[in-house]
Amino acid sequence: MRILVPIKQVPETGDVKMDPETGTVVRAGVETVVNPLDLYAVEAALRLKAERGGTVVALSMGPAQAAKALREAVAMGCDEAVLVSDRRFGGSDTWATSYTIAQAARKLGYFDLVIAGERATDGDTAQVGPGIASWLGLPLATYVSRIESVEGGEMILERLVEDGYQRLAITLPALLTVVKEIASPRLPTLRGKKRSKDIDIAVLDADSIDLDPSYLGLKGSPTKVVRIASPKVSRGGATVIAKDDEGVAAAADGLVAFLEKKGLL
Amino acid sequence: MSAETCQCLVWTIAEQRDGALKDVSFELLARGRRLADKLGTGLASVVIGDGVSREAMTELVERGADAVYSVQDPRLAHFVCEPYSNALSGLVSAYSPSVVLAAATSSGRTLMPHLAVRVRAGLTADCTELDIEEGTGLLLQTRPAIGGNIMATIKTPDRRPQMATVRPRSSRPLPRDPARRGIIVDVPVADSVMDGRVRVLGYRKDADGSGCVEEAGIVVAGGKGLKKAENLALVRGLAEDLGGVVGASREAVDRGWIGYPHQIGLSGKTVSPRLYVGIGISGAIQHLAGIKTSEVIVSVNPDPDANLHKLADYAVVADAFLFVPELRRRLAARKMEADNHGE
Repeated sequence: MRILVPIKQVPETGDVKMDPETGTVVRAGVETVVNPLDLYAVEAALRLKAERGGTVVALSMGPAQAAKALREAVAMGCDEAVLVSDRRFGGSDTWATSYTIAQAARKLGYFDLVIAGERATDGDTAQVGPGIASWLGLPLATYVSRIESVEGGEMILERLVEDGYQRLAITLPALLTVVKEIASPRLPTLRGKKRSKDIDIAVLDADSIDLDPSYLGLKGSPTKVVRIASPKVSRGGATVIAKDDEGVAAAADGLVAFLEKKGLL
Repeated sequence: MSAETCQCLVWTIAEQRDGALKDVSFELLARGRRLADKLGTGLASVVIGDGVSREAMTELVERGADAVYSVQDPRLAHFVCEPYSNALSGLVSAYSPSVVLAAATSSGRTLMPHLAVRVRAGLTADCTELDIEEGTGLLLQTRPAIGGNIMATIKTPDRRPQMATVRPRSSRPLPRDPARRGIIVDVPVADSVMDGRVRVLGYRKDADGSGCVEEAGIVVAGGKGLKKAENLALVRGLAEDLGGVVGASREAVDRGWIGYPHQIGLSGKTVSPRLYVGIGISGAIQHLAGIKTSEVIVSVNPDPDANLHKLADYAVVADAFLFVPELRRRLAARKMEADNHGE
């Protein structure tokens, strides 16, 4: 099986700082990691490879620094790494990003499967995976929590929906987005780490992919961010401290009264 | 009146399961109605499924729709992205709506990005505010980003339709108005809409039957302050008393106390209930990202410096093992009183 795993480099979430002057996110000097939800996609791909043989190709679209994320994927066991990088891709929204990644995937040849994370923890849109499937015309299963079997070009799987699990049969090639339940991501191995240092990361720029220039980057993105604001965080709520039984009783009375006033009981 | 004479430039995508419309379908209409009125246009709702009754379609009209596009076929009974996307892209091409809204649910967040590519339109995810820009008439789509630390307002200047998914429970349905009139248009379903590559084999309910956190009006969540799995019973009990659903922090899920469907936060679900109660939850920013749009937040934690206390509308600094049973006794007494009163 040849499996493509698109991954994204994101700021470490514990590290998000706001510029109080501009209200924007401070990116400089912030640690980056592989989007934690993409690690489940990498793991799912590596398990399929272990069972059935094949190749796992990690791909990331981003600046040159995104190579670091790709090396982490290789350290986990991915066979190849491709960086899709060009200044012309800068400012892409999810639509333009999914287009660019889809075209890069075409350039890389046939894949039996594309496995993506459910969403990235920074943008939190969950739109790029389904977008890639749409561009490539691949059947799509999102929020996949379990792969039951792969047989005769068909995969049986379960996907997590609001109050349960939907069981599907999907014809390969296909695109899956996976959730945490799919598998617990492995740690990089020593051998993997060594390989990740030596591996040549292929770089695809705008000229090496068949692209419609009007679909690229900020200009090619249908959506534009027009305003960024910091929401008020504090609600100016009440605090009740209960140190002993009496305090606990008073706090319980207080909360019941509060919930009544809010019409919640 | 035919579909052609109803100028409906704002659309909502209704959601159904087993032929019954979900509440979020009506929430979307409340959003859409306001936008349509501002634009001076009509509001249409698209229902894709099988066996959705006329009564249900009429309810869409009574809650704000001027037109309902009914796309019914046994092969469309369950959500599968490809045929739904095919059917919708056909409708979008035929009627050229200006705005298309869907719910930010597992289906909406799958269907809309797929459709946006097909119709070459822009899409904004999980919006909590929508408005029309004065002068330009453009849709202003506001959503929390970077773990809820910022609110980004986004617009789609050139491409049409302007598409957005809307966070469930972030708006209330309009009351039913039996006097409202609208048209129901049966849309024929062509075989070419179908796509045999994905087949639905079945469905099973979440093992923990307490319900879905995203759709719940009240969520009671537990965290590692509960110390062990058995103590989650405290949370379950309170959830039951309040008529709510059980949620959990990532720590609680990672320790195997409850399944991933109940995980709230950046790597789990985002909730917007009327009431969120966090018990033994310290309030890591990843968790807070998932609860920020809750209407009322209550926090119970012995640590006065817990982050969740800072966000809460009502913070109780107390031992949860003492406080929650005490609170439950109050609620039980209150209920008994109400029952007696009713007799």
